[in-house]
Amino acid sequence: MLYRENGQFKISYSEDQQILPIVQDRWFMLALLAFAFLVMPAIGTDYLFLSLVIPFLILAIAAIGLNILVGYCGQISLGTAAFMAVGAYAAYNFVIRVPSLNFLVVLILSGGIAALVGILFGIPSLRIKGLYLAVATLAAQFFVDWMFARVKWFTNYSSSGSVSTPPIEMFGWSMESPVQKYLFVLTVAVVMTLAAKNLVRGHIGRSWMAIRDMDVAAEVIGIRPLYAKLSAFAVSSFYAGVAGALWGFIRLGAWEPLAFNVNLSLNLLFMIIIGGMGSLLGSYFGAAFIVILPILLNQVPGAIGIEMSTAFASHLEAMIFGSLIIFFLIVEPHGLARLWAIGKEKLRLWPFPH
Amino acid sequence: MAVPALRSTEKRRTKKTLDPYSRMETQMATLLKSRFAAMAVAGFAAAATLGLPATADAQQKAAAPAAGKGEQFVPVLVYRTGAYAPNGTPWANGFVDYLKLVNAQGGINGVKLTWEECETGYATDRGVECYERLKTKPFVSGFQPLSTGITFALTDKAPTDKIPLITAGYGRSESVEGEAFPWNFPLMGTYWDAADVLVQHVGKLNGGTDKLKGKKIALVYHDSPFGKEPIALLQERAKLHGFELLTIPVTHPGVEQKAAWLQIRQNRPDYVFLWGWGVMNSTALREAVATGYPRDKMYGVWWAAAEPDVLPVGADAKGYNGLALQHGAGRAKVHNDILATLHAKGQGTGPQEEVGTVLYTRGMISAMLQIEGIRQAQLRYGNKPLTGEQVRYGLENLNLDAKRLEALGLSGVMKPLATNCRDHAGARSARIQQWDGTKWVFTSDFYEADNQIIKPMIKAAAQRYVADKKLTMRSCADEIAAAAKASAPAAAPAAVKTAPAKK
Repeated sequence: MLYRENGQFKISYSEDQQILPIVQDRWFMLALLAFAFLVMPAIGTDYLFLSLVIPFLILAIAAIGLNILVGYCGQISLGTAAFMAVGAYAAYNFVIRVPSLNFLVVLILSGGIAALVGILFGIPSLRIKGLYLAVATLAAQFFVDWMFARVKWFTNYSSSGSVSTPPIEMFGWSMESPVQKYLFVLTVAVVMTLAAKNLVRGHIGRSWMAIRDMDVAAEVIGIRPLYAKLSAFAVSSFYAGVAGALWGFIRLGAWEPLAFNVNLSLNLLFMIIIGGMGSLLGSYFGAAFIVILPILLNQVPGAIGIEMSTAFASHLEAMIFGSLIIFFLIVEPHGLARLWAIGKEKLRLWPFPH
Repeated sequence: MAVPALRSTEKRRTKKTLDPYSRMETQMATLLKSRFAAMAVAGFAAAATLGLPATADAQQKAAAPAAGKGEQFVPVLVYRTGAYAPNGTPWANGFVDYLKLVNAQGGINGVKLTWEECETGYATDRGVECYERLKTKPFVSGFQPLSTGITFALTDKAPTDKIPLITAGYGRSESVEGEAFPWNFPLMGTYWDAADVLVQHVGKLNGGTDKLKGKKIALVYHDSPFGKEPIALLQERAKLHGFELLTIPVTHPGVEQKAAWLQIRQNRPDYVFLWGWGVMNSTALREAVATGYPRDKMYGVWWAAAEPDVLPVGADAKGYNGLALQHGAGRAKVHNDILATLHAKGQGTGPQEEVGTVLYTRGMISAMLQIEGIRQAQLRYGNKPLTGEQVRYGLENLNLDAKRLEALGLSGVMKPLATNCRDHAGARSARIQQWDGTKWVFTSDFYEADNQIIKPMIKAAAQRYVADKKLTMRSCADEIAAAAKASAPAAAPAAVKTAPAKK
């Protein structure tokens, strides 16, 4: 009833090509952004920002990066955490060695370095496909883990191998309060999502999808696999690198190589599988599912007044979380984003389905 | 729908106990800033499930604070699950048992304790989440993360939140320097002290540290900040005495050590120092058996010298040495108090046999140090629940002399300990214990870590930290002078006030 596009006529190409063609969607998105930017800072607590929303937004950026590679270009990767680590350590070294750099510049530079490393480890994708490629990207994971644990220069010769970040400064203003951090991460996430949306619906995105659907056919119609695959690796690693720098500087503050181990790579892969392959919205859904749900599940027994031991609550969290993953994958193998789309379809006919 | 929930004119009787709805609201209040917003959301949820009449009731109860007013809160970060649970659980049980004991004896000068456990699983990000969750409670006295990785992450957060970080027997070694790290308290000793004592001990076995020239010492370490901490000191000592240091990393969680022990088989070091935690320790002992490396040449740090490390290996672990962080295993008076007050009434946290094991006692002492810090702070700020900032003062002026330890039932368990503004560790001594197949027995006297080596290292590392972080060091000169002046008149009433509440 409310959600219906009857009477919304497109009379120019630009209207037809906008990101959200339906008026209701545009209003919904505006309201959501207004809520995130204006209402949230007023009502959220430090805990909400630091432990739930900021990690969610940062991992959503990383998941978008991985989704570009896996969901849009069809190249399975198990090395996202490695590219995040490259971004985090690059940012750390820029900040330590060139203290005058603006943090925004640091973010872009560390994303760029992660992109270079991503291209390097993407080269095998020109010869190998599918699961074999996944194993090859796993090499990136182990190599990067090893490099940051062993090459002392990267950790500025820290005796414990753990690095700790100096305060973040931009334009003579230092970022301290959780609200400031939240607004900064939110802005980065919005800008990067918008950029990703425009990339995937432009000619680069179309070439990625052509490669994903059938690389031989794509080559026949004139798409260069070298360019398409490596650009997907570069863009994906750029996103992962920026997310890694944010994860290190804003979420953790101090970290050791273990913070970017293969578990994080797998978690990111689960995010896009549960959220929805080839969907930017799905990256957000997946990140919320993996980041926020376990923490909430852990607190539910206490919140509703059931006394149980810490160990049991934590086992219960793992069990419920695991069964929810299976449940959602059975109900909708294409992920939460597909459920969302089905919901919207249903809403168009509501309340008089035919 | 949410609007009726905000009407506050309706008066109803409120129940004393927290029912699910008010719990839900307090939970909501940790997420949303104003009670107004929290109530709107909770009221909406309540109305959605029970219909509108419930909302006014639920709203009324939101006025009751989550933790009772006037209670001192102790956050308990633990890991009872995961790869490190066998070692984390006894520590947590000892910690909580001690808190229960304090409450059973009437609290700290009448101030009762409340606590909440949060499971970190030894993971840094979950640990930070636990910290953010529990720091919002009223009267948080201090955090003990039981993980060097989490300590590193929290070290940056503690000064902004003004909450002390107690790391008894772990954490960053340079945080002993109270001028650079006002909020960190690596009480009882750091990994640099531990490594130093081990070198002194093997030196003594050879007839003096100068006889170590040409010897080989291998450090098998957990590849994390925890395991890497001692390397700097061992390198320093190696330069000094001319022994060769082999550093052999073992990746988390440490169940795969074939490569490490192959290196040991090839190099045949004279001694192996084991810097492990959790399942890594028993695996290392098994590998030593398989490699044929003599167990009595192996020395574990104090986190690699407890019952869960040697029991799984059985008889083969006999002869294995470890450091004792002052205390060993065995029951002192305080253990008997815990058994009589708690376990006899079925209120113990863990199994009864666990009381008196190495890690249980470590957890108990860790809790004791925090409680004594609060007690010391009460001397200055009065007998009421204190904020983290006030507790920090107490921790910085701890003075546990022999008399006080005896009153606590801890005589013979640990040596006296006193902190000040410059020295946040308070003690830097340890002794060696050996596993005789059934129990740990002490085989050495106390060693004192060598300040001539460690002090300059601490100074340099602390200065680097301050420079990297763009901070400034505070000066301790005034505080130490003030403390010296205050201690003379305060000593007499202190003795009266801190006498334990005996029934």
